[in-house]
Amino acid sequence: MAVITYREALNQALAEEMERDDSVFLMGEEVAEYDGAYKVSKGLLDQFGERRVVDSPISELGFAGLGVGAAMVGLRPIIEFMTFNFSILALDQVLNSAAKMLYMSGGQISCPMVFRGPTGAALQLSAQHSQACEIWYVHAPGIKVVTPATPADAKGLLKASIRDNDPVAFMEGELLYNLKGEVPDPDDGDFIIPLGVADLKREGEHISIITHGKMVHVALQAASKLEKDGIEADVLDLRTLRPLDVDAILATVRKTNRAVYLEEGWPWGGVGSQIVSIIQDEAFDDLDAPVVRVTQADVPMPYAKNLEQIAKPSVDRVIAACNRVLYRNS
Amino acid sequence: MTFPPSPPLPDESHARALLRSMILIRRFEEKCAELYTRQKIRGFLHLYIGEEAVAAGSLPVLEPRDSVVATYREHGQALARGVPATTIMAEMYGRKEGCARGRGGSMHIFDAETRFYGGNAIVAGGLPLAAGLALAAQMKGEDRVTACYFGDGAMAEGEFHESMNLAALWDLPLLFCCENNLYAMGTALAIAHAETDLALRATSYGMPAWAVDGMDVLAVEDATRRAVQSIRAGGGPHFLEFRTYRFRPHSMFDPELYRSREEVSEWKKRDPIPLLADRMRQAGMLDDDALAALESEVTAEVEEAVTFAEEGSWEPVEELTRFVHSETGGAP
Ligand SMILES: Cc1ncc(C[n+]2csc(CCOP(=O)(O)OP(=O)(O)O)c2C)c(N)n1
Ligand SMILES: [Mg+2]
Repeated sequence: MAVITYREALNQALAEEMERDDSVFLMGEEVAEYDGAYKVSKGLLDQFGERRVVDSPISELGFAGLGVGAAMVGLRPIIEFMTFNFSILALDQVLNSAAKMLYMSGGQISCPMVFRGPTGAALQLSAQHSQACEIWYVHAPGIKVVTPATPADAKGLLKASIRDNDPVAFMEGELLYNLKGEVPDPDDGDFIIPLGVADLKREGEHISIITHGKMVHVALQAASKLEKDGIEADVLDLRTLRPLDVDAILATVRKTNRAVYLEEGWPWGGVGSQIVSIIQDEAFDDLDAPVVRVTQADVPMPYAKNLEQIAKPSVDRVIAACNRVLYRNS
Repeated sequence: MTFPPSPPLPDESHARALLRSMILIRRFEEKCAELYTRQKIRGFLHLYIGEEAVAAGSLPVLEPRDSVVATYREHGQALARGVPATTIMAEMYGRKEGCARGRGGSMHIFDAETRFYGGNAIVAGGLPLAAGLALAAQMKGEDRVTACYFGDGAMAEGEFHESMNLAALWDLPLLFCCENNLYAMGTALAIAHAETDLALRATSYGMPAWAVDGMDVLAVEDATRRAVQSIRAGGGPHFLEFRTYRFRPHSMFDPELYRSREEVSEWKKRDPIPLLADRMRQAGMLDDDALAALESEVTAEVEEAVTFAEEGSWEPVEELTRFVHSETGGAP
């Protein structure tokens, strides 16, 4: 095991997969000469050359679509969005081409490709730069959605995503890039985490906090505070939203009988809506309380610090939600 | 590229106004940079320093009834349009007294009063909006020109090309103001564009287009005046490529590995402020005292803006959801 950052973990995954399979290439804004806006592709241009590490102009719809086209004929593009906010310009090609190609073509033409970059809010970047975009992607059948929270997950899941035969939206977090954690050494063999397997990041018996992506860390902080209060929480990190590890969700709910869903995005049509629907459908009799969701406030993200703070999901709001589900007075 | 000879100096008060406008933008933004390091201003901050002649020369040509759309690098346009420095600064502080009540920040300066329609943080996102403002003027039979500012990088986006075609097709009263500062973040023009003659590309849409020395405020003003006159006379959209340069990093985080120091210092020799000031001196319109007076006037205005922002208040958190929907409701 080595302790490396989330950024380095992604970089390793990219380098290893590009080394392993020369149909893999990386394309996006500033990915080559500039090492990526968040330096995830550092050194890759030197290592793999400009045919495989391609700087694109600011043409998200165009280069996403070119990626789809290249994938249709057997290459494995990795399309980097400087942030997923800008992928909104590319959604036509993601949703109308990549996600549907295999189905529309009756199983003939697949799109093995990855769309990746940071999603969600950083600090005071305001409405157009602070959006949790997973919901745009997760809504569409045909595309897989991966949201790693730790360096190890980032590496293992990115490698699996690149090898996957379907389009994968791989959503990172700007505030996670510097996060350090243990990651298996490359010398100890290929480290792959299969898509569709959730991970219990912390074990407890009283309540389940289910979440994904960057919010895993908020959930863990809330769980350690609750522990001081005698409450032990399971923290289940879904890791991939599609495919979804329904068994893991049901297992934790059946264990604790109480659940909170935490996500960074807006409440309407949120990931949590789907999870809550699955829980009430399949584990209704196991519940001792309604499932409560913690989300961003239902507003475009404001710039002002005080407004941004209350708009974002917080440790305190998670604790309050847990208390509600536990019928406790906080 | 060689440009035609610079236009003659205007009269003293006009020249002084142009100089003042550029110095105001420069000093205001130097203050922003300082406030950013003191964490008074947060988020992304994109400075316009070096490019002042474009905003200072072009915006005063417009009438109050005209409209403006800009990008995330828009403090200069906002100031030159007459958005008060106080409310811009308060916005960057995230204050309730800010022009967008603290909801927007540096990248989203909006001011309906001066018809300043943002402040858009999506590259090329403002272009269709600007064409829409122009379309509305045309539909309502109003004599209004819309000026839309955007960078060289935006010309790689579909939104740019769609807007150009629509504007030309429908003869919209729209002035495309391309601020070609040679870079889109770390991407040099030649890496991102198959044809780097941007004005030439614009002509392919069937609209008049030409390149302008964007470091020469008089050339900017002259070109804008001619274009706006022609648009008002029914000449349809025009495209001006202002060749300019940003002296500072793209935003506050940027090691600037994509360009050499020599290149930056070459361009600084054409700093738009001394370029005009020196000509005014030679013509006997400016001396040290007059310049010092101007500087202290501007400093006072910037200080007033900072004080206004410092003394501002936070929007109460109860107001978080305000303006998600309009407060006047819909039709009965
Ligand atoms: C659609 C979109 N893609 C990417 C970005 C990130 N980004 C912000 S500014 C910028 C460069 C824009 O360059 P240019 O249009 O030349 O304007 P300049 O910054 O030079 O004024 C990029 C890529 C963005 N804001 N929006
Ligand atoms: Mg530029």
